Amino acid sequence: MNTTSLIESLTDRFPAAVTSSHAYRGDATLIVRPKSLVDVARFLKEDPALKMNYLMDLTAVDYSAFGKHPTPAFFTSSGVTVKPSSEIPDEEPWPGPPDEGRFAVVYHFFSTTHKHRLRLVVPVEESVAQVDSLTALWPGADWLEREVWDMFGIGFTGHPDLKRILMYEGFEGHPLRKDYPVKKRQPLIGPTN
Amino acid sequence: MFNDTSFLTSRLDDAVGWARKYSIFQYPFVTACCGMEYMATACSHYDVDRFGAGFPRFSPRQADVLFVVGTISHKMAPVLLRIHEQMADPKWVVAFGVCVCTGGFYDNYATVMGIDTIMPVDVYIPGCPPRPEMVLDGLMKLQDKIQDHGVSGKRVAPEPRPDLFEA
Amino acid sequence: MEKNSPSPETAPTPRGDPAELETRDMLINVGPAHPAMHGIIRIVAKLDGEQIEDAEVEIGYLHRGFEKMAETVDYNGVMPYTDRLNYVSPLINNMGYCMAVEKLLGISVPERCHYVRVILSEISRLSDHLTCVGATAMELGAFSVFLYMIKAREYLWELVEKVTGARLTVSYCRVGGVKADLPDDFAEPCRKAFEETRKVLAEADGLLTRNRIFTDRMTGTGVLSVDDAIGYGITGPFLRASGADYDVRKDCPYAVYDRIPFDVPVGSKGDNMDRYLVRMEEMQQSMRIVETALADIPPGPVMVNPETGRPIPAADMVDLAKVGDIRAISGRPAVVDPTLEGASRAEYPSIAADEKRVFLPAKEDTYGNIEGLMNHFKLVMLGHGLRPPKGEVYFPVEGANGELGFYVVSDGEGRPYRVRVRPPCFAIMSALPHLLVGGMMADMVPTFGSVNMIGGELDR
Repeated sequence: MNTTSLIESLTDRFPAAVTSSHAYRGDATLIVRPKSLVDVARFLKEDPALKMNYLMDLTAVDYSAFGKHPTPAFFTSSGVTVKPSSEIPDEEPWPGPPDEGRFAVVYHFFSTTHKHRLRLVVPVEESVAQVDSLTALWPGADWLEREVWDMFGIGFTGHPDLKRILMYEGFEGHPLRKDYPVKKRQPLIGPTN
Repeated sequence: MFNDTSFLTSRLDDAVGWARKYSIFQYPFVTACCGMEYMATACSHYDVDRFGAGFPRFSPRQADVLFVVGTISHKMAPVLLRIHEQMADPKWVVAFGVCVCTGGFYDNYATVMGIDTIMPVDVYIPGCPPRPEMVLDGLMKLQDKIQDHGVSGKRVAPEPRPDLFEA
Repeated sequence: MEKNSPSPETAPTPRGDPAELETRDMLINVGPAHPAMHGIIRIVAKLDGEQIEDAEVEIGYLHRGFEKMAETVDYNGVMPYTDRLNYVSPLINNMGYCMAVEKLLGISVPERCHYVRVILSEISRLSDHLTCVGATAMELGAFSVFLYMIKAREYLWELVEKVTGARLTVSYCRVGGVKADLPDDFAEPCRKAFEETRKVLAEADGLLTRNRIFTDRMTGTGVLSVDDAIGYGITGPFLRASGADYDVRKDCPYAVYDRIPFDVPVGSKGDNMDRYLVRMEEMQQSMRIVETALADIPPGPVMVNPETGRPIPAADMVDLAKVGDIRAISGRPAVVDPTLEGASRAEYPSIAADEKRVFLPAKEDTYGNIEGLMNHFKLVMLGHGLRPPKGEVYFPVEGANGELGFYVVSDGEGRPYRVRVRPPCFAIMSALPHLLVGGMMADMVPTFGSVNMIGGELDR
């Protein structure tokens, strides 16, 4: 299934759940309401025309500093934006991050039967910071969701054992949030900075 | 009669130093990329056994040189310190690779900026990762250091240098 | 006879029903500083006798903030960090990241560059599998196999060093190309190295594949079904040993993999032995790919252009430029670095995208004319260089452990807004408790060995 029909089949099936969709550089992307995430994911997995049997990746992006964080330089930035080459078919610009919510939880699905990929983006408000867990559908989501919790502080409802995975107990904050300073250390032993 | 400068003890120091430096029992505390170069050094091509250091001991009680190989994160630091404390004196520490020496380019929330902030280090081998030749050079420097350390006098171990970090 | 047969008085009383005996579970902690855990994994196993009832795997001891660091440097500056993800096959990481950013930019690289990248990725895959199989064998007692495998790896690293100048952390790719072309007559050292590698593989095969000690511990241990493997998101040799034939190189071909014939070995039982066999066969296929690619690679430019004369050292070129002798240096190739064979080939057009806004100009331009110098300056100054359009892309390549995907988000500035890597062994490690439970304690070692856990990639 190509990107257009992939997007269409889902927007037709879940008109209320999908808030917007785009195909940028050949990556089909759907923005999905958090409430309908599990339904959409189950449909992706079970529908014979889609058969997305892989949850390839699960991550999040903190969009709070998007476009607000110009590169510090001695001179004003004069870098030139590179135009895509003519080989790339869809030259539509990327519509930008989801409108609402500080975070976006990003899911990448893949089907070994049909060899197509799909990206689901679920916007998450900072005040809520909670999404439904996909562990019931893919056991591999377990660790990936723990990592997102560890790095971004986004919780997953229905996760069997949500705790830190890469950082240690006692570490405060979530390092991949844009407001966590890169060099803020919280050592277990030794000097602090 | 047998003060530190007497003929007998200084000969004894030489003999013990010679024996020690050619029978290094090392504990490889291998975590990251440098481990690949450590493997290359330890295997046939570069053959660390020529220096009498070919026998890794995976028990700190049986080792006298701690090779810290690869980035040490804050999560790992207590484990490393505990291993070091478990080793019997006299003991030496080799910092293998730039992450262990200074933290390298991982200057961020997760990484210890050089293990000398938490424990004493005898030999630093920089490089990301250091080439096997450089490791062998570091090993020879360590051997010199071991030779100089007498059996009669108490070894003056280097101090941890957390103050370096404050600057 | 009488002595041996116990009299009724001294005969041991028959034991009670085993179920009534008092049994206690034992918790055993393995790692993180344990040689079989490769230094950075901690497994807390609950044992019933020798059987593992429950296992908890703790990771993160090598977390060093790859994704956070990637947000603080420019697009090409991420390259050294990608080296240190899977540090046994850094060139595949380089390639994956570069192709993701190139997809974001919408540029393509010349065909020769694709071939160069493919050749080096496959050499990396070889060294990765050699290390994995060698380490597994060593942990099961076959120390000589480990020594042989590392010997073969040294030959391959010499090849890598010839091309990139470094043995391990190579930072060879650039967004829009590679750092330098292959050295002259690369096929010859390659042939020699592969000859040695094939010898080692035959030797290892003879020592391991029908070795009773090895096969008894590998066969039937750590079994994983295809459905479970897919559920956990496992890809690569680990999945293929279970019976699915998904390989990114075949199913979503990138670079020039669709033009190179090779087979994807697939196992049937999904146990440690199958994973070992799949890796052994993949090494043969990788060598086949490299040999085909070296035969098919489009020729690079001739080293010396008879019209423009011999290449001159870069330092001399600078001196000539200082005194304004532009005529003497214009259009001439520069010998950049005498120690680095790969970089002394000054002709870039065949290995880099023809896109001045992305790729550094050739050194003869940088040293020889003001346009080249300005171009170089603009690209290397912070805030002036490469700025992809706003957008997000995901690009997968076949890493040594499976699908290695890079998800890059750009906000149109000089530094990546977010770089996420999908680490293939993270998925495998998340299935490790499932693999261990029900098995014997001693099976932990071969099962963990076959995972090919690479800390830099797992913990990032």
